[in-house]
Amino acid sequence: MSNETSTIVVMGEREEIFPQEPAERQRVRPGRLALVTITLLTFAFLYVPIAILVVFSFNDARTGAVWQGFTLDWYARLFRNERLLDAALRSLIIATVSTAGSVVIGTMTALAMERFRFRSKTFWDGLLYMPVIVPEIVAGVSLLLFFATAGIERGFFTLVVSHIAFSMPFVYLTVRARLADFDLSIEEAAKDLGADEWVTFRRITLPLLMPGIVSGALLAFTLSVDDFIISFFVTGKGWDTLPIYIWSALKRGVTPEVNAVSAMLLLFSATLVVGSLILQRRRSY
Amino acid sequence: MLQTIRERKGLQVLGLMFPGGVWLIVFFALPLALIFAISFMSRDDLSRPALPLTLANYQQTFDLLYINLFLFSVGLSLLTTLITLLIAFPVALFMARLPKRWRNLMTLLVMIPFWTNFLVRTYALQFLMRANGPINTLLLGLGLIDEPVQLLSTPFAVLVGLVYGELPFMILPLYTSLEKFDWSMIEAAQDLGANALNTLLRVMLPLTAPGILAGSILVFVPSVGSYITVELMGGGKINMIGRVIAQQFGQSSNWPFGSAISLLLMVVVTIAALIYFRIGRGERGAI
Repeated sequence: MSNETSTIVVMGEREEIFPQEPAERQRVRPGRLALVTITLLTFAFLYVPIAILVVFSFNDARTGAVWQGFTLDWYARLFRNERLLDAALRSLIIATVSTAGSVVIGTMTALAMERFRFRSKTFWDGLLYMPVIVPEIVAGVSLLLFFATAGIERGFFTLVVSHIAFSMPFVYLTVRARLADFDLSIEEAAKDLGADEWVTFRRITLPLLMPGIVSGALLAFTLSVDDFIISFFVTGKGWDTLPIYIWSALKRGVTPEVNAVSAMLLLFSATLVVGSLILQRRRSY
Repeated sequence: MLQTIRERKGLQVLGLMFPGGVWLIVFFALPLALIFAISFMSRDDLSRPALPLTLANYQQTFDLLYINLFLFSVGLSLLTTLITLLIAFPVALFMARLPKRWRNLMTLLVMIPFWTNFLVRTYALQFLMRANGPINTLLLGLGLIDEPVQLLSTPFAVLVGLVYGELPFMILPLYTSLEKFDWSMIEAAQDLGANALNTLLRVMLPLTAPGILAGSILVFVPSVGSYITVELMGGGKINMIGRVIAQQFGQSSNWPFGSAISLLLMVVVTIAALIYFRIGRGERGAI
């Protein structure tokens, strides 16, 4: 295939079905070149800062951005830094507990909203979009006010309930999307064969919803581990999470250790995203 | 018979909605109502919110300082939204016309920054732009500059930070609506004599409006309330609404005034959301 035809084929199927005049093809090219250039520059813009940060996490220099040679020393230090390890452990515990909570609550809400008709549905629909509309800073300070007014001591409990509040709607959306393309006849078949409602749910509905639930869970986990702003306001003494630790380290002035822990956190969430996407795309069970 | 089925359905809905409903009311709606209430309160000797009720907090926001703060924050966020739209539209257009295999890979490449740690991503950009960071080191090394250029602590730095942070949130919804786009429409427009500009403005834009609106709200809302970006890229020299709120709840310890500013920020965001739901008639699938 010549160079010219291959570029046209990439553009889409239309050109193949409706071959155009050669003069017209010539006209398409500068626009296409511009699109390619903008796209490449955009992805470079998105990824170069991250790549450079990762590269410099291996740089054998305490300050500055001159390459002084390769070292794993900063990573080795991370694993000896107890404050950081504690913060990471706290983040994992909070993420695990809050993910479990948001998965159960989000799935129940999705089932109610997709399967039933009821009067207050529009109201709940609006409320479930709150995390998109309410700026994180407002959500954070309002929760701080709420816990302070209610006399609830800030720490593990306040972190977990707040994390459930902002990640549950995302689980809800993922599970509801899965429920929307659900083939109801499978459930009817189960009931015709004598399964009661609970058995049908446990043996048919739940397994079929699993990919949606798991990918929702991965998103909830990522959101929880990554959250800084809301956690910053609802945390209490002795409950600094990993992002809060990174923030205070940044405020004190950067050490290359921060680059190393940032690189690890990036790798961690990228892995979760890829996992979640793979699950979401899986059509066959 | 029908009555009992209805009652059972009602109970099921109640049971399924109960935990989610409680969570949304108690940990989202109630705290926001509290912000509203406390914004009308004064402070006692220990600077805790106290009675009597007052309008002083709102009067304070009419100070030129805070009016400028709101104008700057809203202006910079609108600019961020516009710039991300101008960058993201051609990218999403390019992605939508790729063969399926490539499209999936590109979607993944957008999804990764979409979901990875915002704080760490913004820090990566700040690290790059520091006085002793890679950009300055490179320029000094090449002999293009004699001393480090100050790239941070400017409104421009905050703008770059916001665009960098929010770009994936514009690309994804635009791509979702362009992927569903019926390309024969373009052909029809051209057959009917429309030029390229007319095709873009009168066919593509109206048909991809839901994606544009969804992306705009996803970019505008976090921008106007941004805290991490202003703090890291502005170096303490640039102020935006989010940073002032954080200060009032932090070292200034003026919760009633912080609440009043939060409430005004909610008003700005609600206006944006209303525009979104009215114009877009709420094509929610796009978010």
